[in-house]
Amino acid sequence: METMSPLERLLRGIALTLVVVFFMFPIVWIFLMSFQTNETILRIPPSVVFTPTLDNYAALITGKLQTAAGTLDIAFMRNLGNSVFLSVVSVAVALLLGVPAAYAFARHKFKGSEDIAFTLLSFRFAPPLLVLLPLTQYFQWLGLSNTYFGLIWVYQLICLPLILWIVRGYFEDISADVEYAYRIAGHSWFATFRKIALPLAGPGIAAAGLLAFIFAWNNFVFALVLASADKQPVTVGALAFVTASGIQYGQIAAAIVLSITPTLALALYAQRYLVEGLSLGAVKG
Amino acid sequence: MTTLQLKNIVKRYKSQTVLDDLSLDVADGERLVLFGPSGAGKTVLLRLVAGVVDPDEGQVLIGGADMTDVDAEYRGVGMAFQNFALFPHMSAFDNIASALTARRSSKEAIAAGVGKVAKLLKIDHVLTHHPKALSNGQKQRTALARALVGSPPLLLLDDPLRNVDAKLRFEMRLELPRLLAAQGATVIYVTQDYKEAMALGDRIAVMFEGRIRQIGTPADIYNTPAEIEIARLFGDPTINLLDVVPQRGPDGAFVELSGVRLRLPGFGPEIVGKACVLGIRPESIAFTDASAPGAIPVTVEAETPLNEKTVTLTLTARRREILVSRPAGTPGPQTGPAHLAVNSRATLLFDKENGRLMRPSELASKRNGEAA
Repeated sequence: METMSPLERLLRGIALTLVVVFFMFPIVWIFLMSFQTNETILRIPPSVVFTPTLDNYAALITGKLQTAAGTLDIAFMRNLGNSVFLSVVSVAVALLLGVPAAYAFARHKFKGSEDIAFTLLSFRFAPPLLVLLPLTQYFQWLGLSNTYFGLIWVYQLICLPLILWIVRGYFEDISADVEYAYRIAGHSWFATFRKIALPLAGPGIAAAGLLAFIFAWNNFVFALVLASADKQPVTVGALAFVTASGIQYGQIAAAIVLSITPTLALALYAQRYLVEGLSLGAVKG
Repeated sequence: MTTLQLKNIVKRYKSQTVLDDLSLDVADGERLVLFGPSGAGKTVLLRLVAGVVDPDEGQVLIGGADMTDVDAEYRGVGMAFQNFALFPHMSAFDNIASALTARRSSKEAIAAGVGKVAKLLKIDHVLTHHPKALSNGQKQRTALARALVGSPPLLLLDDPLRNVDAKLRFEMRLELPRLLAAQGATVIYVTQDYKEAMALGDRIAVMFEGRIRQIGTPADIYNTPAEIEIARLFGDPTINLLDVVPQRGPDGAFVELSGVRLRLPGFGPEIVGKACVLGIRPESIAFTDASAPGAIPVTVEAETPLNEKTVTLTLTARRREILVSRPAGTPGPQTGPAHLAVNSRATLLFDKENGRLMRPSELASKRNGEAA
């Protein structure tokens, strides 16, 4: 870094700026849109100068959408709540099941262990639409359609393989000797799992949890088919803005801003764990 | 202090047999060194005793009690790993204390215990550091402290000096015997360094390919290695090994080096004509005058000064290499022809076919038996 010439620094700065602009522009534009009315959004040519309005947010929070055809009820806040609930509980369940399983797969090679682990991963191979039809049938027979329980169960298809395979790698990276040393010092295998394996794989578990949360949050098709309006997350709920009298761009933008806020906040918070996770290798041995 | 017995231990990984019907007895308070090249199965054996690896067959008895199916945490052994295996997320203090927290000792007792062993190992000033902030030597001492702190009756040390620099290794080699004696534990010490083995062991068990090939005091192993391979591993410079075929002489068997007869004391006609390997330690050979009886003419090829000794490479008339070692500072020829005197009592004769040491006394008694 110190050996960089001013020219190199300049080029580097330009390159970084281009990348940031490329990735951040849509988000910034959406953010600006969320404070505008449909008229200012749709004017030609577009402009960044406008009188900001909080109407879009107000409409979302009160649940009353004013359209040319009259007032429309939307359940956006409920959808947001559903998203939070479904994602948090799904990830929690997946962590609870996946982390011990990952440890077992990492440390104990038993007959068929690779096959079981691969089968779990293969759930990610199949396109969701392929399993949806039979799943819908089963869920109707079992009385699971349109229940949180059923949705969380289906979300395990997304979360569990992800957590299992990422965390397994982190457990495998921990030197077995470190765990042996703790056992020999007189601690049970469970204490060793809790005090040695879990903290050392912590950053990996946090990263996997975060990734699983984002995947769960962004899921669309499972919830679309298996849940009705009162159980649907924001991804499905956003369809409500496409109304008979037009598309409410301002509200959509505000909804997007609200719905990416939790994942963004979580990612920023978890960032330090992710960095720790990457540098774990440096302190081994 | 306690005893350790291994009975007919077999350990396989997939199709490979790592420990092959191995039995071993370690006496109360004994310091046994497991010595052998890498891949001999030393570390697996140690882990098996610690209880983190299970044998496929055989029994592990600690203090006379069968521990074969007992989990590691109930065996009450202390172990130091070659790669230290410190807990990276804990301070040096917590690392060492881990052996005490499992016993639910009081906080004061833990602090006192850790403080005592840390002082002994001179790491009391770095106890708050995490492993990544410790030097290699401090890491190694922390790992050792963790093994020692609970005063385990059986202490397993897996090549603890392997990963530290030469200076520290030398220091610790001097310090360890005192430390281990103060501990009063039965010790099994794994190493690949013959000097360490000789310095630390009451007895040395030499391992090859999953078997103990010879077990005895350091002097036993050095003076009467049971096999060529063992002779080759002990001693620096390496023992001279020459293919010979003994011949019959008027007073027992002899071999020829540069056309000069070298007597093989104690050996008789039974070895005449047999393909053998003659082992002569470089320090059992000295330069001598041409006029001395039995002086072997050689050509000096090269001289290598090592710290405390000087090693000379010489060639016999048939251009066979012989290394000669003498204390540094003593005079010796630099180049050209020279003569060697071999201490024939210190020579070793191995059967070329199976590599085993041939002992004159056994052969002599066998001969007597046949005669009777």
